[in-house]
Amino acid sequence: MFKKMLALMLVLLLMATALVGCGGGTAEEPAPAEEPTEEQVEEQVEEPQLKMAMVTDVGGVNDESFNESAWNGHQKARDELGFEVSYVESEQDADYERNLETLLDAGNDLIWGIGFMMGDAIAEAADFNPDQKYAIIDSAYDDTPDNVVGVLFKAEEASFLVGYIAGKMTETGKVGFVGGMDFPVIHGFHYGFMAGVKYANPDAEVLVQYADSFVDAARGKAIANQMYQQGADIVFHAAGGTGDGVIEAAREQDKYAIGVDMDQNHLAPDNVITSAMKRVDNAIFMIAEDLKAGNFPGGQTVVFGLEDGGVGIAPTSDKHVPAEILEEVAEVERQIIAGEIFVPDNKDDYDANY
Amino acid sequence: MKSKAFFEKIATYITKWTFGFSIISIILGFIIGAATLALAGFNPIEAYGIMARGVLTRPSYVAWTIIGSTPIILTALSVAFAFKTGLFNIGAEGQFMIGAITAAMVGYFVELPAIIHIPLVLISAIVAAGLWGGIAGVLKAKFGVHEVISTIMLNWIALYLNNYIVLLEGLRRATSQRTHEIQRSASIVILEQWKRSPEGREWLRGHDFFGDALRTPLNWGFIIAIIFAVIVWYILNKTTLGYELKAVGYNRHAAEYGGINVSKSMFTSMVIAGGLAGAAGGLHVMGISKSIASLAAMEGYGFNGIAVALIGGNASIGIVFAGLLFSALQYGGSKIQPALGAPSEVINIMIGTIVFFIAMPKLIKYSLQNFKKKRGAKNVR
Repeated sequence: MFKKMLALMLVLLLMATALVGCGGGTAEEPAPAEEPTEEQVEEQVEEPQLKMAMVTDVGGVNDESFNESAWNGHQKARDELGFEVSYVESEQDADYERNLETLLDAGNDLIWGIGFMMGDAIAEAADFNPDQKYAIIDSAYDDTPDNVVGVLFKAEEASFLVGYIAGKMTETGKVGFVGGMDFPVIHGFHYGFMAGVKYANPDAEVLVQYADSFVDAARGKAIANQMYQQGADIVFHAAGGTGDGVIEAAREQDKYAIGVDMDQNHLAPDNVITSAMKRVDNAIFMIAEDLKAGNFPGGQTVVFGLEDGGVGIAPTSDKHVPAEILEEVAEVERQIIAGEIFVPDNKDDYDANY
Repeated sequence: MKSKAFFEKIATYITKWTFGFSIISIILGFIIGAATLALAGFNPIEAYGIMARGVLTRPSYVAWTIIGSTPIILTALSVAFAFKTGLFNIGAEGQFMIGAITAAMVGYFVELPAIIHIPLVLISAIVAAGLWGGIAGVLKAKFGVHEVISTIMLNWIALYLNNYIVLLEGLRRATSQRTHEIQRSASIVILEQWKRSPEGREWLRGHDFFGDALRTPLNWGFIIAIIFAVIVWYILNKTTLGYELKAVGYNRHAAEYGGINVSKSMFTSMVIAGGLAGAAGGLHVMGISKSIASLAAMEGYGFNGIAVALIGGNASIGIVFAGLLFSALQYGGSKIQPALGAPSEVINIMIGTIVFFIAMPKLIKYSLQNFKKKRGAKNVR
């Protein structure tokens, strides 16, 4: 028995050395790319294939939030524009710089950093590699380098729309807002939502609380429970993982919640009536189109809003929101785009107008 | 019959030679890892080729591997030190965070010349994390609270303490979830100022090797980690303290009977283990991150340290190599996705499989010896 075992081990050893040998050999020649589809062949005749890649933040690529949305945008660019796309996941904060470098060495035409946490790392990489194009989601610089694009979203516009829905649908006249952290990015959600509620229902009261965390679901749940006890029947959150607790509370108490960033209806199909969506995928696709057309908006901060499909309400809204309210929402949306309704994104603008 | 003697010779040779098992398990790990990749429909040879090239072919790649190994070598030393003294330190993760928090605060608030500032930051990180580890030691020694439970709980406390401190007014950088960067004088990055200056950049552009290596945040952390590895080896093997601690680890009742103060030993051991993990956190802040951020979940430096300690057989020298191997797997693994298009889950399963097999030379040793015994028994019959 022992002999057999040993013989087996030795065979495995031999195989391993053989594998290593082969590895060295094949390493020399470039790995054959996947069979190009017909369209890609046509395109390749005209121009070299463009490569685009992204570094996720610590959430990973299947985070059901903006990393996943960003990867969807990449895949769309692959399918419709013939880009070659890839991603690297960051397991720790310290990985950002390293992963950006990995993608730099892989010869990408455009490298995306997903999330404002990567702001410093992108700025530094762009400074060291002035010939490489970078783009970042949710971050803007005072002085954007020529090889970087900052992408922002008018979250206040989507928040206004869900605020409008909340204002129309509340039965108690009280709705709630749970913010992640008290700083400008979240203020857009906060005051946009409040303005939307007041626009729909001037008598409605909005309860507001910040959780001081984007990751503390337990705290989100506690805050939402408290709001429901105080009589609120719809709570909107802009708090990332903390918001999962808000939705959890809505499900347990059988109240309504409003999701954020992605369509979060699947988290609680009977309770999440709509979501203020940030279409990271659309934004990435549009920048990819610009890149392909040769007018990469380097050195600028690009802001996506309702007008260009960069933000909006979730497609599943029609499950809970009555059709007539959705029609009104469409009208409000048109008015926002036309500039007839002013949507505030900070306290001063809100106080001055509502 | 000749072949039988030959096989037996090899078998005894391998069973006698400790490193033999490690090497067999590494090879086995890679073979099984290849099988998982092949199962998922990707070419394992290509993937290993990408990993090997992604780790070895440029000075910057090697530098990243070394940088990545620094914290896990130290947390592994922490785990191994406690393990040798009969304690299972799951708390390296939390001790790492306490070290990082302390380093970020001392590095930011204190202004001193680098020659004093660097040691001050490192020592504060070690002391703070040592005391943090000591809490678990006291709980175990005085109240019999099992260190696995208490260190796991202390990890969570450290995580939330971290998130609380990051948001404190005066420490937090405006509109971000990070603290301010530490002073330049507390940085241990090699030639940091110079390589950012115009002259530095000019010179580095002309020198491929250094230019490439220094584009990473290469720092002195690795050297310091090696020094700590030597110190740990020395304490455990050459001092009375180490003897006492190990004696408690082997059999606390016998040690007590032999006149060793068991409670004190447990406390000391946890303090030293905590200090080692704290050094990892401190060096991480001084060399790589420069600040601490609000964390969604534990980052895994301490938990990876447990794996590295197991791979390295809880011995200093083994841990240094295991740390490098682990870091190379992690770094090389991150290169596979962009090049091969394999989903990161598949790559993580592959790396997990490799680590799983590498971490169990004991099992292979055991099964080999067991087979030998059985065979012997058969012959007797």
